[in-house]
Amino acid sequence: MKNILAVSSIVIKELYRRKDFYVLFILTALICLVMASVRIFNDDKIVRYLKEICLLLVWLASLVIAITTTARQIPAERENRTLLPLLAKPLSRTELLLGKFLGCWLACGLALVCFYLFFGLLAGSREHHWPVTNYLQAGGLHWAMLGMVIALTLLGSLVFSAPSSNVTICFVIVSGILLLGRHLNKVALALPEPRRSLLYSLYYAIPHLELFDVRDLIIHNWPPIAWRVCALATLYALAYAAGFLIAACLVFRRRALN
Amino acid sequence: MKQLSAAEPVIEIRNLCVTYRSRGARKPEPAAVKNLSLSVRSGEVFGFLGPNGAGKTTTMNALLGFINASSGDAFLFGTNVREPIARQRIGYLPELTYYYKFLTAEELLRFYARIFGIPKPETERRIDLVLKLVELEGVRRRTIKTYSKGMQQRVGLAQALINDPDLLILDEPTSGLDPIGRMKVREIIARLKDEGKTVFFSSHELGEVETVCDRVAILHQGQLKVEGRVGELAECHQCNLEQLFLKVIGYHQPGPALAPSDLENAGYRGASSLQCSPTPKLRQAT
Repeated sequence: MKNILAVSSIVIKELYRRKDFYVLFILTALICLVMASVRIFNDDKIVRYLKEICLLLVWLASLVIAITTTARQIPAERENRTLLPLLAKPLSRTELLLGKFLGCWLACGLALVCFYLFFGLLAGSREHHWPVTNYLQAGGLHWAMLGMVIALTLLGSLVFSAPSSNVTICFVIVSGILLLGRHLNKVALALPEPRRSLLYSLYYAIPHLELFDVRDLIIHNWPPIAWRVCALATLYALAYAAGFLIAACLVFRRRALN
Repeated sequence: MKQLSAAEPVIEIRNLCVTYRSRGARKPEPAAVKNLSLSVRSGEVFGFLGPNGAGKTTTMNALLGFINASSGDAFLFGTNVREPIARQRIGYLPELTYYYKFLTAEELLRFYARIFGIPKPETERRIDLVLKLVELEGVRRRTIKTYSKGMQQRVGLAQALINDPDLLILDEPTSGLDPIGRMKVREIIARLKDEGKTVFFSSHELGEVETVCDRVAILHQGQLKVEGRVGELAECHQCNLEQLFLKVIGYHQPGPALAPSDLENAGYRGASSLQCSPTPKLRQAT
């Protein structure tokens, strides 16, 4: 475990010493602040639209951070040849991958805390209402979803040698699942066999990232979800992340490093 | 890990063969390392020589478990290199590495020390010691991106020494360094030798190999051509390492011819298979 934590600490250091996070945070914050200063329909109390757009920005920014940070981890280690002195130490390849995963996940968690704190302060200052449980549930499920995305991207970084192609493919997959994932079964019904079975199989095989999108809890101030459901969703995310990580370990295990 | 006696080899390679497989290729690639057997004993400075593409780095990569051997075995301190624990007592400096630019030298060393499980007070003591040894004390809090190439190479050497290793594996440690940088690396290797450490390194600088090494092995086209003590060669044949190297790889230059029997008498394994031309004809081996 100490090796995994050591590797993850380097990933976290990298995130807060690089400019990517700050640029995204400042950009998101600026857009949110500009929007918050606009009086929609001359009514101060209408903050729903503001919350909807700002949360969408937070989601986009978090996906950009998660995918770009993860996609460069292993390729950068290979390109700079730091993978060699690292694996020449008593550190297994599985520990390295788990360390990278944990580091990226924790780093994204820290970024999410910053984003949600800022957003909460902004929305709360307009609404004078602080639904802490809603924020915790939305943020927690968002973080669990990022765990799956990070594990998927880590697997992609071992399959595709160029980080840019990995980033593009991961963005397409994640956006596709988020936008179309929930409709696949309905589309399958309209198709003839064997395409119907194939699409159904795909529907059940893909990680349903859209299940973790509970922004409406914050936007509409809905009552919180049962914690049992949150726990089950987190388990679902962990199972998929574990599956991707096992696949990544299998790919990386026999990979020649030269 | 096994505790070895002084006579037992620190590195042992038995009939190692490595063949690279390229995707889509119908024919298998020629073996990068062919049936290599080698052993390095405790306290030795061992020079691993060969022209570019001879298989030196491939051998080191197999020794460190980065690539899987097609056949044969390699052991570090008596433990198979496939076990991560085999790497507990080694330090490794790869060729041309660009360490994490966003870290300072001491942060980098602290990170590597953490992987070795070195306790914190001992880590700080070791960091002070190795940074002093590689003369980077003054810039220890500067990020690595501000370092020159020579300084980066010395950081690499520092990371290889952080765990006070019993065996150092250095892949062309002086490559890309200026004469002063090379001299410093040579001094460090000599100091490590005095401390009784085992050093296994590859280099193209035959002069420096001759200066610091106890034994050398010359590899050519993946095969071990010659292995033996440097001093004995110089004494028996009035021939320096460079001349021997050129003859072994089949590149002849004007100078005294070296009979294979002379090499065998001097204790060089496999020398009888060498074809040394008695004529001072300059030709490139194909």
